[in-house]
Amino acid sequence: MTEPVITVRHLDHFFGEGEASKQALFDVNLAVERGSLTILMGPSGSGKTTLLTLMGCLREVGSGSVMLLEHELCGADEALRVDLRRRLGFVFQAHNLHDSLTARQNVMMGLQVHGRGDPARHARAADHLLGLLGLGERLHYLPGNLSGGQKQRVAIARALVSNPDIIFADEPTAALDKVSGMAAVQLFKELGRTRGTTTVMVTHDPRILDLADRIVTLEDGRIVRDHPGPARNEPLAAPV
Amino acid sequence: MTAFLARLLGRLPVGYLQLTHNPGRLLAALAGVAFANVLVFVQLGLAGSMAESVAIPYRLFQPDLLILSPVESETLTDAATLPRQRLFQALVHPDVPGGTPIYMGRSTWISGHDASSSIQFFGLASDAGSFFHDALAAPLVSLSLSDTALVDTLTRFVDMRSFVGATPDAPVPFEIQNRQLGAVGNVSIGGGFGGDGVFLVSDQTFFHLFPQRSSATPSHILLALAPGADPERVAAELVQLYPPDTVRIRAVTDAMAQEVRYQMTERPTGLIFAFGVVIGMVVGIVIAYQVLSADVADHLREYATFKAMGFRQGFFIGIILEEAIILAAIGFWPGLAFSALFYQTLAYLTNIPIFMTPERAVAVFVGTILACALSGILAMRKLAAAQPADLF
Repeated sequence: MTEPVITVRHLDHFFGEGEASKQALFDVNLAVERGSLTILMGPSGSGKTTLLTLMGCLREVGSGSVMLLEHELCGADEALRVDLRRRLGFVFQAHNLHDSLTARQNVMMGLQVHGRGDPARHARAADHLLGLLGLGERLHYLPGNLSGGQKQRVAIARALVSNPDIIFADEPTAALDKVSGMAAVQLFKELGRTRGTTTVMVTHDPRILDLADRIVTLEDGRIVRDHPGPARNEPLAAPV
Repeated sequence: MTAFLARLLGRLPVGYLQLTHNPGRLLAALAGVAFANVLVFVQLGLAGSMAESVAIPYRLFQPDLLILSPVESETLTDAATLPRQRLFQALVHPDVPGGTPIYMGRSTWISGHDASSSIQFFGLASDAGSFFHDALAAPLVSLSLSDTALVDTLTRFVDMRSFVGATPDAPVPFEIQNRQLGAVGNVSIGGGFGGDGVFLVSDQTFFHLFPQRSSATPSHILLALAPGADPERVAAELVQLYPPDTVRIRAVTDAMAQEVRYQMTERPTGLIFAFGVVIGMVVGIVIAYQVLSADVADHLREYATFKAMGFRQGFFIGIILEEAIILAAIGFWPGLAFSALFYQTLAYLTNIPIFMTPERAVAVFVGTILACALSGILAMRKLAAAQPADLF
């Protein structure tokens, strides 16, 4: 077992304040190993997306502990969370591409977040990744001229181009056909194997469950099942 | 353009790409900025024209000292008269070798076909050419003949073409104040906001036209100074020669600057123009704000995505300022072109001295950039609504 890159301990989360507050997560404990592909499952409203956003530094952690890349997120200020987000990659269900930027430019934004750099090098990196995802002929297309699946592949390229430590993905294959969906998840797996990139994914897509190292199921804000995926021969550590 | 801006900014020009992605909105935004520019240019042009028309009569004089009455002395044409005795008292000063009185009066010239113009008369001693602009020295001599005038070829509302060839040998007759005068030459001064033209006559002709006026009470007194004399020192010393509060003495250039300041800041016309400039800027800021805030609202999801990716606030400020500066920099030029055309048309129709100056163009350009930047800063408040957690 490798060291965890995410360690969640006794995590509670509330939406709203006072009497109107609603608890979304209850005493969640979880450790995610470097290079693994972890799938979060559960019915709508079970808390998986909330957990994803807390681990991804997109919400403030108010109760419990979330260690991300050796940094405690509970009580972390915005500057630290922004710094950490630069080491993450996000793939959203609604691709959220910038409609004024071409496919290449959207992917280049994933590099430009790290500051000034050689634009030609950025463009080459974007072109390479888009080529791997089968979009080598669509580099200069605006999102409005791409299909849903093509947009999602551009969004995946944008998340991967800066070699993030962890990828957080929300239904990344929902808009993809079977071949493209499998290719994308195989790419995540390959990055995990070769670069140690960790992937945490929310999905209901049964086609990719076979590739998971671990499957975590939430219901009503609690982890009700946490077991190795078919791709993992040995069991993972139990929730801490 | 994208590559140029990318090199300039060191990043993709997201603001430029956003603006150009929606050409219809961009054109509307540019039209709005241009419109605001025209508003500001028109008001500044009219204000500048007023300042210029105030300054023109002063430029007829050599830049020495001017003695004015202390009553209503803020303007050259409206000041009360003062005793000619003040001239003789001034000549006592060793640095004042000479002086001459100036008589001013206004009359309406009805030139036929219901056309009438308000004429400002300057009554001058015909042998006092040395006190006036070099170009006037020779023509003034021709005014020694009684009932002659140097007429302003830029006079409004009158066809002055027949006066262009007027000379002492071939005077062009005209009637004003129920008196027949002969134009013996021309000047090109033009009307302003207080009159339609300026006619120069001898002091004797002036008294024919304005019999109620007396040679003992000129409107102003021009003093020549000895070479090297300090106007401020001489003015201060001259004041001591007079009973308290009976005169005001200023250098001609100071008197001109003071009247321009007075007209621009204390008279209703100047204040109206200044208010118009403010209104134009407010309109520009509102238009730019509307465009930029709508653009931010349209791209909230993209901005939230960028926030999720780790872009800092400075990046978003950069995008919005980039858009603001592009709007200002492009929208300025059609505004400038329309305004220059407006100036030409207005100058042609009214003969007022209104024209584009490089200083004004640069000032409005800088003001446009600042106004659009301010709009951008205001529009940034909407960025707070871009919450990356809401993307999931």
